[in-house]
Amino acid sequence: MNNNKTEEQMLTTEEIAQIEHEISLVPQKKAACIEALKVVQQHRGWVSDESLKDTATMLGMSAEELDSVATFYNLIFRQPVGRHVILLCDSISCWVMGYEQIRDHLMQKLQIKYGETTPDGRFTLLPNVCLGTCDRAPALMIDDHLYQNVTIEELDGILHHHR
Amino acid sequence: MERPLTKHIRPDREPLSLQEYERVGGYQAVRKALQELSPEAVVALVKDSNLRGRGGAGFNTGLKWSFVPMGPDVPRPKYLVANADEMEPGTFKDRMLLEGNPHQLIEGMIVASYAIGADISYVFLRWAYKKAAQGIVRAIQEAYAAGYLGQNILGSGFSLEMHLHTGVGRYMCGEETALLNALEGKRAMPRAKPPFPQVSGLYGKPTIVNNVETLCCLPHIVNNGPEWFKGLSRTQDAGTKIYGVSGKVKRPGAWELPMGVTIRELVEEYAGGMLDGYKFKGALPGGASTDFLVEQHLDTPMDYTSIAAAGSRMGTGTMIILDDQTCPVGFVHNLQHFFAQESCGFCTPCREGLPWVEKVLLSIDRGEGRPEDMNILDFHTKYLGPGNTFCALAPGAMEPLQSALKYFREDFERHIHDHQCPWK
Repeated sequence: MNNNKTEEQMLTTEEIAQIEHEISLVPQKKAACIEALKVVQQHRGWVSDESLKDTATMLGMSAEELDSVATFYNLIFRQPVGRHVILLCDSISCWVMGYEQIRDHLMQKLQIKYGETTPDGRFTLLPNVCLGTCDRAPALMIDDHLYQNVTIEELDGILHHHR
Repeated sequence: MERPLTKHIRPDREPLSLQEYERVGGYQAVRKALQELSPEAVVALVKDSNLRGRGGAGFNTGLKWSFVPMGPDVPRPKYLVANADEMEPGTFKDRMLLEGNPHQLIEGMIVASYAIGADISYVFLRWAYKKAAQGIVRAIQEAYAAGYLGQNILGSGFSLEMHLHTGVGRYMCGEETALLNALEGKRAMPRAKPPFPQVSGLYGKPTIVNNVETLCCLPHIVNNGPEWFKGLSRTQDAGTKIYGVSGKVKRPGAWELPMGVTIRELVEEYAGGMLDGYKFKGALPGGASTDFLVEQHLDTPMDYTSIAAAGSRMGTGTMIILDDQTCPVGFVHNLQHFFAQESCGFCTPCREGLPWVEKVLLSIDRGEGRPEDMNILDFHTKYLGPGNTFCALAPGAMEPLQSALKYFREDFERHIHDHQCPWK
């Protein structure tokens, strides 16, 4: 871990203001911790050790305690991710409807496995639990966009939307 | 056929604005409850309606509320939480209500909050429901502006705050005490019961957690009465139910129907039957954590009582179909992978047992299974069953496994005997 903080690593005034706002909404500082992690991730794409420490200080928690929360949840990223995160549903209805072909095609096309990022930093591929759209399986999300009834033929077009 | 919960939801699910909702009778139940009925009368009404929790457990909603301490000297603030963390694999019913008509949920939450004397309410929404989040944020703002939320609602003296919380993804958040921990900014681990949340919930204060569909029933019960609500059903369990079907059927989807339509009607009529070339082999009637039902159960009414009598659970009422060309071992392996991944790790049987089950199923699926693996699976269904774990996650995981071992045992044994998956 790098102990020399650079400006880039420190929480920005905007992040601090947003976290303080979240703290003002809850009866105990700590209760804002998930929201605070979301703020950091929204600005940086992921939560680095440095940001985690700074955020923990704001919340009156130890970095370890905050990390125990951060690592518990599937969608707080403690490693850098690409500009776009592909969340591929791997739960039962999508499995029945053949999501594995979509997975294999994505891995082949992007030349990455689950948890990896393309060398150009464009995509990270992650499996995700049921996206709650089982009548339109298989499904995936890229960032905030939900794609349903996905076919291999459509995949290239879908990826093209996310530069 | 009456469809009170969904009749105003548009096919594209563009949410109803406040004005649109009011035009079709929206917020009349809030007026009636707050201006004409006492909180006790609302609890009695809901108890009489026999509304049972739509999240999966099926507990009588009015009875659940009746354990909340009432009167001037009780701990405050009291909380009401809408469980909108729909994450049970195969379940997509609350999404429709959340996206299509957020005001109906808000109205139900106000009614519930009034009944239990809650001061603060939360919608706990799963992260993936982006469209729903936008609609709920707007609807809460509109409801505040119209005086349905905030101080002294409609001059009744009753006040209520409402907030949206979006989770960051973990199946455990659906369990009500784990959900409360998540709301407090902690890991979503379940809490010991007792004390029950009704007495000691969010921040140790009296709290009710109700499912979205349950809450959406409330305005209609207040407006039309318990007898009307019971009359919507074909069977002893009251109301309508949002059922869903996914898998290899012609028209997968979700529909609000009278409680007690049969599995056959859902599969053959509403879902249009199996895709050409596929046969029905079995179904999980209410999400990943319910026991398989098979062909002999097709005429079972989909209600809490009848599905329980058939050996399964109604769960969320959204059915996942297993067809004849899909391997039951692979199917159950997929489910156990999910449960093993989503176990919070707090108690040993669940943390250690589920990955073991997952591994055994994977080796059977690959043709590497041994005859003794069947015993390993069998004993896990007992040791991870009810009473042996801290919460209901592992017992829920064992339901599809134990019933698959019962109904599809030959398929498991063929994998082991032939050293390969017959479906590959």
